[in-house]
Amino acid sequence: MSDQFDVRYIAQLARLDLSAEEITKFQSQLGQVLSHVEKLKQVDVSGVEPTAHANHVVNVFRADEPRDWFTPADALSNAPRSANGLFIVPKVIE
Amino acid sequence: MSLASLSVSELRCKLRSRETSPVEALNALEARIGKVDPVVHGYLSRDYATARALAEKADVNLPLGGVPIAIKDVINVKGEPCSCGSKILDGYTANYDATVIKLLRAAGAIPFGRCNMDEFAMGSSTENSAFGRSCNPWDPSRVPGGSSGGSAAVVAANEAFAALGSDTGGSIRQPAALCGCVGLKPTYGRVSRFGLVAFASSLDQIGPFTKTVEDAALLLNAISGRDPLDSTSVDEPVPDYTAKLGQDLKGVKLGMPKEYFIGGIDPQVDAAVRAAIRHYESLGAEIVEVSLPNTEHAVGVYYIIATAEASANLARFDGVRYGSRAGNANLLEMYGQTRGQGFGPEVKRRIILGTYVLSSGYYDAFYLRAQKVRTLIRRDFMSAFEKVDAIICPTTPEPAFKAGDRSDDPLKMYLADIFTIACNLAGTCGMSLPCGFAETDGKKLPIGLQLIGQPFQEARLLQIAHAYEQSTDWHKSVAPV
Repeated sequence: MSDQFDVRYIAQLARLDLSAEEITKFQSQLGQVLSHVEKLKQVDVSGVEPTAHANHVVNVFRADEPRDWFTPADALSNAPRSANGLFIVPKVIE
Repeated sequence: MSLASLSVSELRCKLRSRETSPVEALNALEARIGKVDPVVHGYLSRDYATARALAEKADVNLPLGGVPIAIKDVINVKGEPCSCGSKILDGYTANYDATVIKLLRAAGAIPFGRCNMDEFAMGSSTENSAFGRSCNPWDPSRVPGGSSGGSAAVVAANEAFAALGSDTGGSIRQPAALCGCVGLKPTYGRVSRFGLVAFASSLDQIGPFTKTVEDAALLLNAISGRDPLDSTSVDEPVPDYTAKLGQDLKGVKLGMPKEYFIGGIDPQVDAAVRAAIRHYESLGAEIVEVSLPNTEHAVGVYYIIATAEASANLARFDGVRYGSRAGNANLLEMYGQTRGQGFGPEVKRRIILGTYVLSSGYYDAFYLRAQKVRTLIRRDFMSAFEKVDAIICPTTPEPAFKAGDRSDDPLKMYLADIFTIACNLAGTCGMSLPCGFAETDGKKLPIGLQLIGQPFQEARLLQIAHAYEQSTDWHKSVAPV
């Protein structure tokens, strides 16, 4: 289990910078959690449907109509950086 | 008796008879908070000015008219902070009301105060808050439980008349048990999640913390119902949840799950819960043994499903639209550093675990398998409910533990939720109410009795809880803080 479970690689997938100490610690702590979870492999689930939601819900639609909601100023009110009614982020395209 | 120690229903009577006013009620809370919150640290912030303005014009004839209600810091209240106990949202100000807040306002209540919590509702002790831990009002060296530990502590310490929390795997019932108050997790879909910052969307539900069962019914009356802004909320009729209170227990069947009464339970908790079950028999309820054979798998299933959903939900904290930002050289650096510096250790652990179980090659082995075992867990409950009206068991295996005891042992911390998790996986309703005290180191520590009800049968659940509460005195004990 733990030889396949590589915290450093998973952290990259999650876009989450971790320190060397965190990587070592999580590797061992989550290794223990994963061994506990291993027990699920003993359960016979043949023919069992997965449950994604407790209540059986199918797609719920509402009319696609404009309504009173956030103004652009509201939407930007918590932005770390904004200008001219836009979210400002580091350059994406060279 | 101080005004602050009143229940919602008692306060409501005094407000309607003009014996007191909403402003006086708020003043009483302010005095109480000033006295005990330096020890309890149940609140992250309080906005007296806004609350006082609302109190001055409150209509006390509304169902919760003029009653201040404390709010877990994960539910958006317009103009208030909503940090979720996380550094990454330090400084965030909500610019809309969650649906439950709109409904509370419509019922006349005043949202007041932000309650401390484990970061993003991940934890069982409130030690994972980025803003310091909360303390148990019965023994400040112990935890109040979590993740809604602040909500439970302020109600138990009479710093609030009632509070809202959220419950993903026990985050209302476990702290209610550890602090000695009533905590109710409604059926999935009963209460709108719109405006609740998402942790695990298929499990999260908002619910009340109160001093009495009747108060829980009053709050549930206000916050229940279908909401077009939450497509998983269900269009079930909302009854008056106080209507069945006071009815006797003749013909009521309660199920003792044999898998919940095995080794590992603290002897004082075991004795208190067994005494409560005998008490139910004396009230006329019939006790039946039931089996929930997949109980041992609940914690494993939960930590796959909840972390998988969390890793997806927390992807939105990327330093672009809200929250703090770090790193500016390029987009990847900004994402990595913003999240690496903004999230605390438990949130990082769960993002890693959730990303792993969803990653290519492991999805079927972990996530899909967990969802199938979830089906089996739900079936266990549904077949038990063919025989009984509700399930009766402990809320937690032990009373409140010492701060620091488990904070570096995630697996041990996760196992603290063993009795509460299955209810969320099954999607049904559950509550905790006080059923006694454990004596530890010369301190009295509350013990919680858990009742798990059939889906959307909260009225029955509250009736069963109320019959016990009204024939015992546990809820009258006051935390010594």
